[in-house]
Amino acid sequence: MADVAIPRAKPQMSEDNAWTQLKHNRNWLGFWFMVPAMAFLIFFLAYPLGLGIWLSFTDTRIGRVGHFVATENYEWLWDDSIFWLSVFNTLLYTFIASALKFAIGLYLALLLNENMPFKAMLRAMVLIPFIVPTVLSALAFWWIFDSQFSIISWSLKHLGVINQNINFLGDTTWARICVIFANIWRGVPFVAITLLAGLQTVSPSLYEAATLDGATRWQNFRFITYPLLTPIIAVVMTFSVLFTFTDFQLIWAMTRGGPVNATHLMATLSYQRAIIAGQLGEGAAISSAMIPFLLAAIMVSWFGLQRRKWQQGENND
Amino acid sequence: MSSVQIRDVRKSFGNFEVLHGVTVPIEDGQFVVLVGPSGCGKSTLLRMLAGLENITSGTISIGDRVVNNVQPKERDIAMVFQNYALYPHMTVADNMGFSLKLRNAGADEINKRVKRAAEILALSPLLDRYPRQLSGGQRQRVAMGRAIVRDPQVFLFDEPLSNLDAKLRVAMRTEIKELHQRLKTTTVYVTHDQIEAMTMADKIVVMHDGIVEQMGTPLELYDKPDNQFVAGFIGSPAMNFLKGHVRVNGVATFEGPNGVKLPLKTAPAASDGRPAVYGVRPEHFTIADDGAEAEIVVVEPTGSETQVFAKIGGEQVVAVFRERHQFNPGDKVRLKPDPSLVHLFDEATGKRLNA
Repeated sequence: MADVAIPRAKPQMSEDNAWTQLKHNRNWLGFWFMVPAMAFLIFFLAYPLGLGIWLSFTDTRIGRVGHFVATENYEWLWDDSIFWLSVFNTLLYTFIASALKFAIGLYLALLLNENMPFKAMLRAMVLIPFIVPTVLSALAFWWIFDSQFSIISWSLKHLGVINQNINFLGDTTWARICVIFANIWRGVPFVAITLLAGLQTVSPSLYEAATLDGATRWQNFRFITYPLLTPIIAVVMTFSVLFTFTDFQLIWAMTRGGPVNATHLMATLSYQRAIIAGQLGEGAAISSAMIPFLLAAIMVSWFGLQRRKWQQGENND
Repeated sequence: MSSVQIRDVRKSFGNFEVLHGVTVPIEDGQFVVLVGPSGCGKSTLLRMLAGLENITSGTISIGDRVVNNVQPKERDIAMVFQNYALYPHMTVADNMGFSLKLRNAGADEINKRVKRAAEILALSPLLDRYPRQLSGGQRQRVAMGRAIVRDPQVFLFDEPLSNLDAKLRVAMRTEIKELHQRLKTTTVYVTHDQIEAMTMADKIVVMHDGIVEQMGTPLELYDKPDNQFVAGFIGSPAMNFLKGHVRVNGVATFEGPNGVKLPLKTAPAASDGRPAVYGVRPEHFTIADDGAEAEIVVVEPTGSETQVFAKIGGEQVVAVFRERHQFNPGDKVRLKPDPSLVHLFDEATGKRLNA
């Protein structure tokens, strides 16, 4: 384009004040756009995390400002058998529930990926446990596993299988089985629906190609579905493990950690010590003790994800 | 290698029949192209041959064996898909060796056959790459490599070139034809592109609305189309069609739109006044004093030839000349179709009328 020869008064740079310059600086503009997200992360994630870690090094109680006591809280916990029991419970709970959630979730996803009547309705129904508020479903389970009014005990008695009610939430082994069962019931939809989404990204022509190559249905799963699903499995299982490890609502509503601390998880123990008993410092130390476990879980999936070279971009090395 | 017989094959989805009795004999080692507009049933037929779709009625045999109820993997066929269907999590070598691995072939055997196929297709330097790291043409070759490695009875291609750009498509066309000349494996190739069909096929099967319109060698179809559909489908630019009537008074002529007289070599018996469609290919026009008057509308030079769009009796036709005439839009010229090369079709049924 030719410059039109109309003299135009150019804005003089010297007249620009600092404010105008700031308004036009792209870096500043970028910064302002980031502020809301940053503020959100700082106030709701970084600050509570930092505060929790700080509290774990103090002897703060509810209503009393604490003093820095270094690692004293942790030393106490080291000799606390209930703390170690809660660590054991948490690991057991997480491991069994996650493994079963994965197995059942994958099975359901594969099933729902098939062509069948009422597919859309069945998919929606699978989500039900996920959309019911946790506390509500926990209350329902509380009744299902009630020592007097349990529908399971009632049914089994009427079928003549047992003579006495089963003390579901009063027996240590039964209580553990019950809370794990409730957690699985609640967690399966998340795994199933996410894996189903992953399954649907696999092109049907890959299965056709594999079938022509001579693959059986099992080999189709083993060599096509499973490897292509691994990235999604890694993500969904990381989340599943993190959610299960930090579970609080379900346990608190069903057993409050009982009987005899058999279902106390680190989260529930932390709540009991910090809020109920008022020992904020000690409770914070229990919470902070969860961090290494969670980091380990994230690292496993991180390195698991990184190994998959076939996913990485268009680079022609 | 073996022959393939498709006999009176029908396919219905629910109550909707998409193939209405298709019979195609394919000889051992032949390169057969199924061509037709989308929705004509050509891909369905190929998938039935592969065993990916059930056969509603009729029989398909490969060699001497009827395969209607034979599992895909037992049919000994290999297929190249339109989107290549390469396994994204396997290297090129693993992609190509997958079928052998499933058949429990030894590592040495797999290695040897993959290497040999890679040499044929110039894929040797790419064997350790993943599909993501390949260009479109390379992926296409890997898909073919996967088929070659198996050394099957029949190769099936389902529109394998439609995801490539124009230049690569031409190059791969030649490559596939060359490959067939080298391996001599019976091949069934589906495409909607008539140029692909013309250039590659030993035998073309033109399909339309679930039936076979005509089959034959490329030049048979070009020179002697059975009906107006085939005449219009094969050839580019497409054949010109002019509606009108056959006139036989001493000399056979064709009376085109607005009374334009067009030459005919012979007329079918007792056809005076019969309504018909006059077909002439663009390259069969010449400039001659006794030609029909035409007004030039658009001139499109391509270098090797010039396409001239003109109006004869108000109907637009296209003519192709290899000579470089100096035409301008609005010029009046006289276009004469070569009477020995014109086609005459029944107006109602589209069937060919002249011999």
